[in-house]
Amino acid sequence: MNLSTTGEMLAQRDAFGDTLIELIDRDPRVYVLDGDLANSTKADKVSRERPGRFLEMGIAEQNMMGVAAGMATCGLVPWLSSFACFIVNRDLDQLRVVVAQPNLPVKLCGAYSGLLTGKTGKTHQEVADISVMRAMPNMTVLAPADAVEVRACMLVANDLPGPVYVRMTRDPEPVIFPADYEFELGRAFVVREGTDIALISTGAQTPRCLAAADELARERISALVLHVPTLKPLDADAIVAAAVQTGRVVTAEDHTIIGGLGGAVAEVLGEQHPTPMRRVGIRDVFGESAPNEDLLQKYGLTPGHVAQTARALLS
Amino acid sequence: MSLTRERHAELKRYAIQLRRLVVESVHHAGAGHLGGPMSAAEILIALYFAELNIDPAQPRDEDRDRFILSKGHSSIGLYAALALRGYLPIEELATFDAIDSRLQGHPDMSVLPGLDMSTGSLGQGLSPGLGMALAARLQGQDFRTWVMIGDGDSQEGQIWEAAFVAARYGLDNLTAILDWNGLQQYGWATEKGYDVLDRLAAQENPLSRWRAFGWNAIETNGHDFPAIFAAFAEAKAHRGQPTIIVARTVKGKGISYMENDFNWHSKPVTDQDLKQAQDELAAQEAAL
Repeated sequence: MNLSTTGEMLAQRDAFGDTLIELIDRDPRVYVLDGDLANSTKADKVSRERPGRFLEMGIAEQNMMGVAAGMATCGLVPWLSSFACFIVNRDLDQLRVVVAQPNLPVKLCGAYSGLLTGKTGKTHQEVADISVMRAMPNMTVLAPADAVEVRACMLVANDLPGPVYVRMTRDPEPVIFPADYEFELGRAFVVREGTDIALISTGAQTPRCLAAADELARERISALVLHVPTLKPLDADAIVAAAVQTGRVVTAEDHTIIGGLGGAVAEVLGEQHPTPMRRVGIRDVFGESAPNEDLLQKYGLTPGHVAQTARALLS
Repeated sequence: MSLTRERHAELKRYAIQLRRLVVESVHHAGAGHLGGPMSAAEILIALYFAELNIDPAQPRDEDRDRFILSKGHSSIGLYAALALRGYLPIEELATFDAIDSRLQGHPDMSVLPGLDMSTGSLGQGLSPGLGMALAARLQGQDFRTWVMIGDGDSQEGQIWEAAFVAARYGLDNLTAILDWNGLQQYGWATEKGYDVLDRLAAQENPLSRWRAFGWNAIETNGHDFPAIFAAFAEAKAHRGQPTIIVARTVKGKGISYMENDFNWHSKPVTDQDLKQAQDELAAQEAAL
């Protein structure tokens, strides 16, 4: 497929709240547990519209994770509403011992992931969640590109028998997928055909890579864009195919370059098809509070940064 | 629960058998925890042989009572209770801590049916119990959830997160049992320093703490079956709040050289240790 931004802007968190309602109405097992952030994550829609399916757990994430595990053993499917920074770090041992080790179907919404957290700064910016979650056995790790894909991911995640982490962002972002898009677990796919270089991307960085491909096209550089919404299990075949087709790879993510998509792609290509590559991402530093555009600029995540990295690798 | 003389002797015999299986298993494995399983023996037997509505042939029955051992390092005590109750062959206890065993150092629900939760990282057991009690209420089920927590276990902040939230939901189908043996792995020195066995109590005034968190708190003797059953009955009758049974116990109970010695929290059992323990337990059994 060849996708472009549709011009529509939607927030992933709004899709999260809407899709929870949809899941609740189709699946009696679904309950939402909130860590006192529902009016940020948009799970508050459930508290108002389906109050019997909403359980406030307060500012106590460790307990919330354990409660979810207990509910899951009783046949329920708990969806946790919290920020990525807390759900990945504050209760990581609980996630490890009572959710991931027994492989229980607890669904984790990592809201406000990446740098763009509404000027809350480094305490609230989670840029290592893919690395951490990817290293956790039994975890499925998803990073949808836009609001449409958030919904599609959640529909699939809900029915998986084990734990799932869904990485989401806060602010309105360009929509790239048609409304009837269906998510296929474990598959990476080309969203822009190209021959000179492959831009491999995940999450909300993919629309930025499409913009980078547009910029490169104006210079007669044909960039393929491979979107990787499933970080685990990883679609190694699609990554190798993109490398074989273009011979040059740039990864891009609103995430640290250590252990995330860039690290995962380097692992795959290093073992299966060594290919010259560069990683665009956060270079082992903590962030800060600032407007989104300033953060993308300073930390090197804009379409221009992706395009420039591609040019440098090609020259 | 009125306890006939014969029934009382039978339960005491099970507790002695549990202690024997624990010390023999740890001797065989060359490592394991002893003090905690010994302090919990009567409570485990009271639960598995009288209180819990369970069927070893249906370990995943949706309406069964749930039990979580939050102090997961006492796993061998729970395995011994499960074996005596018929969840696994007694002989399987010899696989404790061996490669491919279902009897992991800390309870692993993914390999052993009959375990309602994986535990071992301390402080984590009460929250899943809260989740099970909530699930029962949400799904209109009558089962009760029991969670045994430990003294050191209760130093973890998550216990108090769970205490706060369980009280807020008024979960009277949730009962915690504190194995209040006063010791932990190493503990806190008194003015005598760390070279002696004396230690500060792992925690003080647990009853008032739990009451302050909104729980119904009952104190009982954790080695006396009639007292344990009285506490169970009181917990089940209480409405509108979760209950904690603060069970006064002795770490290492039943084996003279282990009692109140923190070093027996976890320690290899020598042949000589084993022989003495077996002799003491045989004498206790003969005296029934």
